[in-house]
Amino acid sequence: MSEMKRPNRLFRNLTSKLAASPMIFIVLVVFIGSTMWTVASSFTNIKTLPIFTPREFYDAFVGFAQYERLWNTPRWITSITNLAIYGIFYSGFAFIIGFLLAVLMDQKIRAEGVFRTIYLYPFALSFIVTGKVWAWILNPAFGLEKTVRDMGWVTFSFDWLTNRDMSIYTVVIAGLWQGTGLVMALMLAGLRSIDDEIWRAARVDGIPKWRTYLQIVVPMMRPVMITIFVIVASGSVRVYDLVLALTQGGPGNSSQVPSMYIYEKLFVGALAQGTAASSVLLLATAVILIPWIVVEFGKKSRV
Amino acid sequence: MAMSSATAINPSGAKPKPFFAPGRVLIYTLLIVTSIYYLIPLYVMIITSLKDLDQIREGNIFIPTMQPSFDAWVKAWSQACTGLNCTGLAPGFWNSVFITIPSVIVSIAVASISGYSLANWPFKLAEWCFTILLVGSFIPYQVFLYPLVIITREMGIYSTLYAVIFVHTVFGLPILTLLFRNYFASLPEELFKAARVDGAGYWRIFFRILVPMSLPIFTVAVILQVTGIWNDFLFGVIYAGPTNYPMTVQLNNIVNSLQGVKEYNVEMAATILTGLVPLTIYFLSGKYFVRGIAAGAVKG
Amino acid sequence: MKMMKLAAVLCASVALPMTAYATDLEVTHWWTSGGEAAAVAEFAKAFDATGNKWVDGAIAGSGDVARPIIISRILGGNPMGATQLNPGKDADDLIAAGLMQDLTELATAEDWATILRPKSQMDSCTLDGKVYCVPVNLHSGQWMWTNRKVYEDAGIAPPQNWAEMIAAAPALKEKGIIPLSLAEGWPIGLLTEDLIVAIAGVDNYVAVYKDRNMEMARGPEFAAVFQAIDQARQIIDPKTVVPQWNDAVALVIQGKAAANVMGDWAGGEFAVAGLVAGKDFDCLPGLGVEPVLGTGGDVFYFPKNEDPEVTKAQLAMASMMVTKEVQVAFNLKKGSLPMRADVDLSAANDCMKKGLEILDKGTKVFPNNSQMLDRDSLNQINDVMKEFFSDLTITPEAAQEQFAAIIEAAPK
Repeated sequence: MSEMKRPNRLFRNLTSKLAASPMIFIVLVVFIGSTMWTVASSFTNIKTLPIFTPREFYDAFVGFAQYERLWNTPRWITSITNLAIYGIFYSGFAFIIGFLLAVLMDQKIRAEGVFRTIYLYPFALSFIVTGKVWAWILNPAFGLEKTVRDMGWVTFSFDWLTNRDMSIYTVVIAGLWQGTGLVMALMLAGLRSIDDEIWRAARVDGIPKWRTYLQIVVPMMRPVMITIFVIVASGSVRVYDLVLALTQGGPGNSSQVPSMYIYEKLFVGALAQGTAASSVLLLATAVILIPWIVVEFGKKSRV
Repeated sequence: MAMSSATAINPSGAKPKPFFAPGRVLIYTLLIVTSIYYLIPLYVMIITSLKDLDQIREGNIFIPTMQPSFDAWVKAWSQACTGLNCTGLAPGFWNSVFITIPSVIVSIAVASISGYSLANWPFKLAEWCFTILLVGSFIPYQVFLYPLVIITREMGIYSTLYAVIFVHTVFGLPILTLLFRNYFASLPEELFKAARVDGAGYWRIFFRILVPMSLPIFTVAVILQVTGIWNDFLFGVIYAGPTNYPMTVQLNNIVNSLQGVKEYNVEMAATILTGLVPLTIYFLSGKYFVRGIAAGAVKG
Repeated sequence: MKMMKLAAVLCASVALPMTAYATDLEVTHWWTSGGEAAAVAEFAKAFDATGNKWVDGAIAGSGDVARPIIISRILGGNPMGATQLNPGKDADDLIAAGLMQDLTELATAEDWATILRPKSQMDSCTLDGKVYCVPVNLHSGQWMWTNRKVYEDAGIAPPQNWAEMIAAAPALKEKGIIPLSLAEGWPIGLLTEDLIVAIAGVDNYVAVYKDRNMEMARGPEFAAVFQAIDQARQIIDPKTVVPQWNDAVALVIQGKAAANVMGDWAGGEFAVAGLVAGKDFDCLPGLGVEPVLGTGGDVFYFPKNEDPEVTKAQLAMASMMVTKEVQVAFNLKKGSLPMRADVDLSAANDCMKKGLEILDKGTKVFPNNSQMLDRDSLNQINDVMKEFFSDLTITPEAAQEQFAAIIEAAPK
């Protein structure tokens, strides 16, 4: 219907425009609105109650004071460092493990549903309690370390949970347990969007299976890989409950992450400090993502 | 462009090979070993939920009890007290269902259509919005809490089911739109072109061609949304209003009580009980992870 | 005269709704464990008896989870009838924005200023001369709990103060017993403040936290406090630090640890375990150094509502919460001290009686930290102390300076 050639550009793809209008509304009102509010609030000294009128913003304006405080807070520096560590290790291992599991699942195995559910179930459970279970397992006083020692290996040591230098890696362990199932499911969906013809052709050409995966299938799965990357990366930035339940950011502040700082400040009467911290994350994300998005998605569209 | 969606959900690959073929053993060994890693926490949760508090205090977390008891499960479901109401998880169950079903349907509908517009019928404004969405997916949720209170209040839906459906649609939008956009973009282009030559329009192509070919990705979307929405606590409490409090309010109250004796067994049982709904859906919807749909559609 | 006025208000606020129709009031609070819920039930029972209905809106997780929910509900124009909220500086913004019901008339009529003590707790409910909340109980955080049997088994006399506890630590450690149990997070901040009160003294604590005396914050009295904390962190093995305060108390109850520093709410844990104060365990106010009592406590606010029936019910609830019978019944279940001096608490346990004694003398009673410093600054102090505890390379001097800098930057 609407793809008839019309002179007016506004009416080209009209159905498509109408169909996408809920998304456009949400982006313009919620995302842009909230982002502007967040950034504007970060230049004020508001405490408990959010403000929304220009007059109130004008009265509460304090310039860059919140940002000065932020970058002078050791806990924030630790949080940013931990985010980098968590992001790299979590994303890296999630991709590798998720892909290997998906390939295994794709070998026309028996009881695929059972295995798939086993890998996915951690995703269904409340973070707070699963974090607590991991905290038990990793606790040196009564978890894995003690159990192995009781079994006779008395020098066995696994104290990452209470070790300042290693505590953030326990979050990686629990995070992978929780999240790789979803990555596996996405990879599996991607693998199965590959046409059977491709496999047949590769077999006919005598290409070994592992090379078909790496050199033909993976490049074809690029769009799904990008989706997974965004899910995994945004999940790393937002990681919150898991740290809270597992380490509470401890020992000391050694496993703190930015979202814990933001949440705390937003709701303990330092709202502007919380929005300043979110603005920093937002800016960092924009700086890293936008050039990539422009290159990746700005290519000539297919229609 | 005729195609049969009835045949599409049947796997077209070969039958599973015999279990003891060489190479198969390696695959199953790997699958089973990794499964153990995934199952250990569940194992700890289940045996803990079957112990009484003395056994939990005295015993090793990995060793099951000799006198298992289902008291904690009964308590979690129908007796655990949260404040004055000693009704366990049960009463919030239907509220959770009424929040989850429309929220999942609406959020997936909006996102899949947006993704379809972006992948196959793109226009500048939508592409700009999509860029903003991608950046938005990195903002911690908590930042949106107050602005969304104001937005839903101005829309006149604050403290209703509509508000919570709206909020879940908003938070699902970035990831889901990306998911669908990229999946649709990875499908063979010839299909789409052929359909347009045949004169099929926007909706016809979407419902007759893309949706049947995209069952695995719809399954992933359902998994994502059911989990996120079913387990959500904060948005339900803030936006849905007190008459619609979801089951997770009780779960939070059981798990997060700060004072008094910690009933770990009840916590574990309550967590597993709350997780059963998403788990069931994972298991049931899993059959849509099938190979051969794309090939089937081309041939059809 | 006073009685007449009181009766008039009671008639207006309590009797009328009974003859009119019942009003449902939703009450949000974070009391969800067994003992807490039993205490809430006393409120609900008494409120229902006024002809209204208490609709329970329990949300566990203390202020961290509940606060955003409470503020959102008020902002969104669908406030609850009444809500628990941390008193002091946290609630001031909401009051300033005109979102909270003014209770001054009721408070004057019932003469809360006289019947409720200590004064500091009433002060935290008062802003610019007007009363906005109802204090319902007193909790104090300055207690050391010791397991007598653990010490006796080790051949040591049970310590009666902080210094004796520290002195006994090496011998206990040799026997594989944790000398001082500790929980991650805010309990570290609580221990810090308790040591400030015990070592630097109540007056100096108030001088720094309330009056922002920077010379004191950087001076030798506080240096001694940081030295004491340094001693404490040396005897605590990081592997024995537990996630929650009640886990740390449980270690003392089970005899795996000898001592713990925690508020009076820990007494409930000992009671549940069947341990008797003075026989099985000791509770030492002010860490045994000097019997003092901080006056934290729970308060209820009443968000403004346009419906006059709701307002009427809110006043009825406020009035009900401070009546003698309700104060006794509620506080016995809650394990806290009542706001009224004129009630019979013979049923209280030994630790509560110790607290009441200090309260009646009134000399060593001081305001709660949240009445002197904002929550944001208190959290920053917690952050510094958590790091100091877990990282032995930080010197006491460095920690003291960081602490002082936060006090200096705190909003007045």
